[in-house]
Amino acid sequence: MKQISKLIILTLMVSVGLFLSSCGQGGSNGGALKSSAAEKVFVAPGKWDSHYAFISGGFSGQLSVYGLPSGRLFKVIPVFSVDAEKAWGFNEETKPMLMTSHGFIPWDDSHHPDISQTNGELDGRWVFINANNTPRIARISLETFETEEIIEIPNSAGNHSSSFVTENTEYVVAGTRFSIPIPQRDMPISEYKGNFKAALSFIKVDQKTGHMEIDFQVLMPGFDYDLSHPGRGKSHGWFFFSTYNTEEANTLLEVNASQNDKDFIAAINWKKAQEYIKAGKFKTMPAKYTHNLYSDDTHSAVSETKKSVRVLDASKLPGLVYLMPTPKSPHGCDVDPTGEYIVGSGKLSASLTVHSFTKMLKAIEEKNFDGDAYGIPILKFEATLAGTVQQPGLGPLHTEFDNKGYAYTTFFISSEVVKWKLGTWEVVDRKPTYYSVGHLMIPGGNSRKPFGKYLVAMNKITKDRYLPTGPEVCQSAQLYDISGDKMELLLDFPTVGEPHYAAGIPAELVTKRSKKFFKLEDNEHPHAVKSEAETKVVRKGREVHIYMTTIRSHFAPDNIEGIKVGDKVYFHVTNLEQDYDVPHGIAIIGANTSELLIMPGQTETFVWEPKQPGVWPFYCTDFCSALHQEMQGYVRVSPRNSNVKLSWSLDGE
Amino acid sequence: MYIGSALILSLFILPLWNITLEAPQYPEPLGLDIHINGLQDGNNPNDVKNIDLLNHYIGMKNLPKDMLEFDIFPIVIIVMSLLGFIAALTGKRKLFLTWVILMIILGTAGIYDFYIWLYDYGHNLDPNAILKFLDENGNPMAYQPPVIGTKKLLNFTVHSYPASGAFVLALSMIFAFWAYIKAGKEKE
Repeated sequence: MKQISKLIILTLMVSVGLFLSSCGQGGSNGGALKSSAAEKVFVAPGKWDSHYAFISGGFSGQLSVYGLPSGRLFKVIPVFSVDAEKAWGFNEETKPMLMTSHGFIPWDDSHHPDISQTNGELDGRWVFINANNTPRIARISLETFETEEIIEIPNSAGNHSSSFVTENTEYVVAGTRFSIPIPQRDMPISEYKGNFKAALSFIKVDQKTGHMEIDFQVLMPGFDYDLSHPGRGKSHGWFFFSTYNTEEANTLLEVNASQNDKDFIAAINWKKAQEYIKAGKFKTMPAKYTHNLYSDDTHSAVSETKKSVRVLDASKLPGLVYLMPTPKSPHGCDVDPTGEYIVGSGKLSASLTVHSFTKMLKAIEEKNFDGDAYGIPILKFEATLAGTVQQPGLGPLHTEFDNKGYAYTTFFISSEVVKWKLGTWEVVDRKPTYYSVGHLMIPGGNSRKPFGKYLVAMNKITKDRYLPTGPEVCQSAQLYDISGDKMELLLDFPTVGEPHYAAGIPAELVTKRSKKFFKLEDNEHPHAVKSEAETKVVRKGREVHIYMTTIRSHFAPDNIEGIKVGDKVYFHVTNLEQDYDVPHGIAIIGANTSELLIMPGQTETFVWEPKQPGVWPFYCTDFCSALHQEMQGYVRVSPRNSNVKLSWSLDGE
Repeated sequence: MYIGSALILSLFILPLWNITLEAPQYPEPLGLDIHINGLQDGNNPNDVKNIDLLNHYIGMKNLPKDMLEFDIFPIVIIVMSLLGFIAALTGKRKLFLTWVILMIILGTAGIYDFYIWLYDYGHNLDPNAILKFLDENGNPMAYQPPVIGTKKLLNFTVHSYPASGAFVLALSMIFAFWAYIKAGKEKE
């Protein structure tokens, strides 16, 4: 009997032991279940996230603002695509922002946001982002979280290796993906090789105003320029671009551009370029491109057409560019926080190639060349090689860095993030992503001072990760805690459009600058009215200009008569409020445009062309106050031949 | 005595009284600073404008830009300061006491005047007000802030307390009274 009970106890202990160990197994697979992942991403109601993440909208053309670690969406900043919610590209003030040399374009594909830097550290002044399709760079103010400036890039096509800043934001750099005839001309596509060229643009940034101006373009051989990053610290003054299609194929690139064993990372000495500019070694080329600037004083944008650009020919100017052979169509081209290592992610290669900046300088000094490409010296592969991360995964794309000497690389094909050590090149951890990760972002991970707490992986495929929403499923990002030895998946969160790349920053570097409202007294909009006494309606032939104000909870004027069918009616609306978070909106029945959403102290304009006689209501579209529903008015529209006099009133006065 | 007379001149800079309005929608409360020569934004720029904007819903008048008091108070302060200096120059003990008593009387009158204004501000409402509330007794609700203390008015909690200027005023009277006592002891 005793024996039997002993046996039973033993059996029980073994099975309990097995059960516990299987729980442990499940836990380590399940990540979030095992630890306090929920606690780590929980931001209590009313509390603030510790970081901002600016995540590109990809084919939405916008830039969205998230909080980390919660993954909550705060705002979608309209940049390259029209946004009816905020009247971006619909009101008269912002239409010029979307002007290009090809006319008004309501959309683009936004890829790589980058935050301005001072001394190689994030400074929270501006975010830059590129339009990929019709090449442009936008600057977004982190005071207003609005797009302030968009500059078009001439001689460029598929503006992909953009928009990355140098360590004092001297330049924001934009490289072309496609090579094209420069200047554009009618010629057979089959004559690509040797005839098509590429332009890499260095855009100077005014340190006070942020205003951008193309300083010069470097004219390069007809490869595809994929991504780029600035040198920093010791390599400040250099800029590195990854290339593919060094075969110069013009058709079926998936095969024909994948033949060379090695493509290049191009190292551009932009300090040398400045010397050549000073010495007058540039060519001024005719080029048509727009420069659009929005002002918070006039609350309006102006679009200007530029006529020329300065070009430096890399083939003819010695010391300007060197090519570092890098295996198999490198995609990401990332520079570590010290500026010593340049990581090339050969996306068709089984290993990662890391170049040394110090060795590169030595190779240049010793003229350790392996021939040239169109007159540009090719450095010997072994001469610049710092090391190789062997067999880390399949399809390496991008690398970012923490502040402890580790690098994190995404692998698209094997769908994972791999952590490895700089210098020893050993892999120390890997975590799956769901699924097929593209870029990753560590706040400050592309600067001298990374904040190595969080890592955001941005995926290309989500499949079954969320509730299904028909054939088009949501796009997604994933948050990892990287503060420990091993990475830990904390959170999945959906994104707006395709998240190509993101820029993150500790919140306190931004919050103190954030504007609460615009001062009415500083409003220099040509159609602003600053009190109800100044409101009026003015007829100029068939144009009627209504100078209107809003304040809780009425429009002034709110009864308008004497408008005729065929008139073009401009509503110039000034929000007289001077308090935080009291915008007013306005919309009128039948207007072929969006509402206006007017911040306190701001003036915006929309156009209405009434098509039939009647009395047509307008109302406030933003729930502004307890009497919001009473905030409304009427416009009387009479037939063309009517003689109803132009009049306007509020409360009969 | 000199110190007391000089101190009260700081009232041209420091606010006498402060009224603060707290509500859930105003994580940063609205503030109203009462100076001897006018009303100023208490917490953030545009507070006076924004208080008026809210008060128009319940039919309260706009906060006054000009009031007879804002002309009289500065004169009173200058005169009192001068009198204080003269008293100090003469060194007459009785004058010190007279100055303190006069100051107390004027101060009390000032607070009474403040109460009268608050009463009118809270009770004299526009008959066409957008929102009309009744109190428990069925009478039109009044929105009179307290002279001193905290009171709940609709969605706002209103705090009304003396501000730095009032404390400086009290300090000046203490100095003057102290001068009076000290002068008495020296006499003995």
